[in-house]
Amino acid sequence: MTSIATSTSASASTGEAVVAEAHGEHADLRLFGLATFLVADGMTFAGFFAAYLTFRAVNPLPAGSTYELELLLPSINTVLLLVSSYTFHRSGRNLLLGRMGPCRAWLLLTAGLGAAFLAGQMVEYFSLPFGLTDNLFASTFYALTGFHGLHVTLGVICILLVWVQTRQGGRVSSGAPFGLEAAELYWHFVDGIWVILYGILYLL
Amino acid sequence: MPIPSALVTLLVGMALVLSGLWVGYNVNVLPLDASANAPVYDALFRVLFSIGTILFVGIVGLVLFSLVRFRRRAGDITDGQAIEGNLLLEIVWTAIPAIVVLFVGLYSYDIYERMGGMSSLNDHAAMHRMAPTETETMEASVGAGSAVSAPAARVWGGIGVAADDVNVLPVEVTAMQFAFIFHYPDGDITSGELHVPNGRPVELRMKANDVIHAFWVPQFRIKQDVIPGQPTVLTFTPTKSGSYPIVCAELCGPYHGGMRSTVVVHEPDAYDAWFEKNSPLAATVASASLTPTA
Amino acid sequence: MTVASPNDFQESLQPQGWLRYFSFSLDHKVIGLQYLVTGFIFYFIGGALAGVIRAELASPISDFVGRETYNEVLTLHGTVMIFLWIVPVVNGGFGNYLIPFYVGARDMAFPRLNAVAFWMIPPAGILLIGSYFITGSAQSGWTAYPPLSITTPALGQVVWIVSVLLLGGSSIFGGINFIATILKLRRPGLKLMQLPMYCWAMLGTSILVVLSTPVLAGTLLLLSFDIVAHTGFFNPAMGGNVVVYQHLFWFYSHPAVYIMVLPAFGLVSEILPIHSRKPLFGYTTMVYSIMAIVVLGLVVWAHHMFTSGTPPWMRLFFTIATSFIAVPTGIKFFNWLATLWGGKLALNSAMLFSCAFIVNFVFGGITGVALAQVPFDIHVHDTYFVVGHFHYIVYGGTVFVIFASIYHWYPKFTGRMLNEDLGRLHFLLTFIGFNLCFAPQHWLGLNGMPRRVAEYDPSFTTLNQISSVGALLMAISSLPFLYNVLVSAFRGRVAGDNPWNALTPEWLTSSPPPVENWVGEAPLVEHPYGYGVPEDTLSVAAATGRDLWSGAGRR
Ligand code: HEA
Ligand code: HEA
Ligand code: CUA
Ligand SMILES: [Cu+2]
Repeated sequence: MTSIATSTSASASTGEAVVAEAHGEHADLRLFGLATFLVADGMTFAGFFAAYLTFRAVNPLPAGSTYELELLLPSINTVLLLVSSYTFHRSGRNLLLGRMGPCRAWLLLTAGLGAAFLAGQMVEYFSLPFGLTDNLFASTFYALTGFHGLHVTLGVICILLVWVQTRQGGRVSSGAPFGLEAAELYWHFVDGIWVILYGILYLL
Repeated sequence: MPIPSALVTLLVGMALVLSGLWVGYNVNVLPLDASANAPVYDALFRVLFSIGTILFVGIVGLVLFSLVRFRRRAGDITDGQAIEGNLLLEIVWTAIPAIVVLFVGLYSYDIYERMGGMSSLNDHAAMHRMAPTETETMEASVGAGSAVSAPAARVWGGIGVAADDVNVLPVEVTAMQFAFIFHYPDGDITSGELHVPNGRPVELRMKANDVIHAFWVPQFRIKQDVIPGQPTVLTFTPTKSGSYPIVCAELCGPYHGGMRSTVVVHEPDAYDAWFEKNSPLAATVASASLTPTA
Repeated sequence: MTVASPNDFQESLQPQGWLRYFSFSLDHKVIGLQYLVTGFIFYFIGGALAGVIRAELASPISDFVGRETYNEVLTLHGTVMIFLWIVPVVNGGFGNYLIPFYVGARDMAFPRLNAVAFWMIPPAGILLIGSYFITGSAQSGWTAYPPLSITTPALGQVVWIVSVLLLGGSSIFGGINFIATILKLRRPGLKLMQLPMYCWAMLGTSILVVLSTPVLAGTLLLLSFDIVAHTGFFNPAMGGNVVVYQHLFWFYSHPAVYIMVLPAFGLVSEILPIHSRKPLFGYTTMVYSIMAIVVLGLVVWAHHMFTSGTPPWMRLFFTIATSFIAVPTGIKFFNWLATLWGGKLALNSAMLFSCAFIVNFVFGGITGVALAQVPFDIHVHDTYFVVGHFHYIVYGGTVFVIFASIYHWYPKFTGRMLNEDLGRLHFLLTFIGFNLCFAPQHWLGLNGMPRRVAEYDPSFTTLNQISSVGALLMAISSLPFLYNVLVSAFRGRVAGDNPWNALTPEWLTSSPPPVENWVGEAPLVEHPYGYGVPEDTLSVAAATGRDLWSGAGRR
């Protein structure tokens, strides 16, 4: 768990610079690995989406079990998440430029937006007239949003961890941006999933 | 490459094809054919069997020939020839299997159509129905209010009846752990065995009470899953009288292996006798079953 | 973390000697062997379970074990054999051992992830098998179709789900590692189209793993909700749809069959050229056909559901798509035949098992293409014909290749040769036993014997008994193998670095290899199959591994 010891600032680009020369050392592939993992994770969601769409297309609910989904809250949530992607991006830019202050501020803001999203989700859950086991739609709704919410929760925790590590002397710095870059990639992914989810669950 | 001369190859190839065809058409590995689509099925089987034999024997022959002819002799430490590929050969052995599988696929599609597999079930429109998108707020009850019939009446799959066939004997099949129950709506007969008249198409309307089962009569070459919540149909026309096993072919619990029954194919007279003896409504319906109405 | 050299760990933290095989080692060779040995342990467990199945089926009535036990046994057999034997061994085992050599790297891209992936397997396996003794294990088959899997005892099924999730996770981590290693960790100067074929096979396999395994994970999560939280995804009583489960399950489990066989294809592609002293025929088309199998493999899943009430157009599409897999697969087989043709074939155990693989797999492939035809499948679906089909492929195909690979790479693993006479005996018994066991099952299926039954029509008794005798022969055949593998590690003839005079990079180092694979720089192997290449003046017999990598021979 050693970080690349470097104090040089802005000019050092990302991990690509560290090319394999000595024994067993090689370029930092962790982001590549994470991206591959996110493809896999995306397939889990794809499976859920496919299940939901099929259920929806072929399994009519019994009469009398209609529910209206409020659009307002999820729409606000969507905006929150989209904005948080932007704030995270700002944080990442600042890190690479070596401006740790703004970097950490944007990071906190992102975490705050994520938490706000989760709060919104909770409010929605408690205001819904149906529970997990009421019917097929209800179950699928909670499974989809819940699985996504789990991802957001994980993301917020990661952001906070990164925030701790970007402190003076922490593990994440402009020379060793991996932690933040990984969290950012993950966050954008979770965001993208939400947009699809919002589309098929609320708009369709 | 020391390819045997073209003539030898040709002769061996012809012998291979002929023996493959011989095997396909003379080695009988199938049970008795007792329904109208069994001979159709058997025709497909013979084609597949022939092609399979030709391919398999040919490839085994090549492997054995190579192992004997090209085996390394004691003391020989040299390499074989450095042949890395041959475009023509690659094209040939891509094209031939492609043609074969295309032919087989189309042929089996034809067979399937002749078995009635492509006749449309009532759900065709529903399957392709686009999900409704009307208002901004979503209606969670998907499909409610649209033109779909009640879920119970919808048929989800199986082999249906040809549209012009009116002479069909309908039988309702209920599968449960671990038995098939047959109900004849015409005569209100309930039975644990399936009795059918020879030569008349039978439509099984199947539903399951608990888990998935499958209705299979090997001598009829037909099988259909019986799925809880998703009624299916299966149509067949028996052609040889006798009794044949009905086998449950989907794991459905500990007694899955014991979930068997019998289908008895009677000559039409004998069937009517059976019908009359068993039906509480026999007097009124017996004649109806002789001269079926639409 | 990955930037640091594995050497550091090896020399400081890691246990040395035999102890390291029981540790959280980061050395890809140790992990590879850990996978292999663990896999073989589970193979014998799964084989013993198969023994119980065949003992029960020796008589037409349910007598040897109870009916519920029978279902537990067959579920465990299928799950163990697939998730704890074939997949970990051909992917994790040989993959971890060979891939770093083949790309000219000193370890995998993520050594720690690699160790984590391996160490997920023993707990999952113990959980799965332990459930039999503690709560009773799952009894709904390895496919776990609801509603049966919802209505059978919940605890066993949940344990089954948890352990399959763990194994799936392990497989995903492994896949990520292979993709990164093959694409990103190649020695400078080594081009993609110069990689040994096994790398391509593992790349294709890993793509399938990454794309399809997560869908299984999601599906099993939903299934566990149905069992534990009483949701109704797959419960028709609550408006759920059982067929959706089947679609999702087979979206993974059909690609899974290529996850089980593509690596085997890769291994054979390494073994055949070396023992026939000829280049691998048609390298480029081999690569393309692997990729074609990957793509096609993702869109054929519903051929397992021809009787499940799928709409007609779907059946038609999946028939054609499935049949077409025969084309790229056929290309590979014809290329192997052409590799053999005109070579100098050594009839050793590795070669015998490889050639038998060709024969068995072609048989299983042909029955597979037959099964792909809807009308044909409607008759034989869920019968012993299907059991025959897939054992011809998974056993006659993949397991035969695993044995071939053991005979081929054992000298590299241990520095000692296996005994050839015992090897040939092992081959003969396995080949006879295997065919005796599984060939009759095709006839049984065609004539009316469904699968997953503990009792059957007495008219099928004789063939079932033949089949059971075949299984017994297979069990016996593992005795010479076990003896050979265990004893040769100490008493076997010393192999030298490159007993086969091979050109692929793993042979261009000592046997067993040093911790970081090569003492000096990794060799640049541009022609992994350059046997008999004219410009080669070096007598193959005279070259040892060290000569080759130090540049005395080929580049
Ligand atoms: C490693 C595992 C593996 C592999 C590689 C395959 C390969 C194939 N399988 Fe198999 N299969 C299984 C494992 C595997 N299968 C398992 C485990 C099951 C049962 C699951 C369960 O229900 O429990 C199953 C079930 C199964 C079914 C469902 C049967 C049923 O339940 O009703 C079908 C149907 O289409 C099928 C088809 C095929 C086909 C077409 C191939 C093709 O890929 C084969 C292609 C290869 C060849 C064809 C041979 C070489 C080619 C040539 C020499 C060229 C010339 C050939 C021709 C022109 C035909 N398989
Ligand atoms: C993937 C790999 C794989 C492998 C290698 C095998 C190997 C074997 N299988 Fe397996 N099998 C499956 C995968 C596999 N199977 C799957 C997926 C199913 C479907 C499950 C389901 O329906 O859900 C299945 C189902 C299945 C059935 C059908 C059960 C049923 O439907 O009712 C049968 C029946 O004969 C069978 C037999 C065998 C035999 C005899 C072997 C032999 O080749 C095994 C040989 C090995 C040994 C025998 C071990 C070595 C010896 C010892 C350890 C000594 C002790 C042994 C004894 C005392 C006998 N298998
Ligand atoms: Cu009913 Cu098996
Ligand atoms: Cu398949």
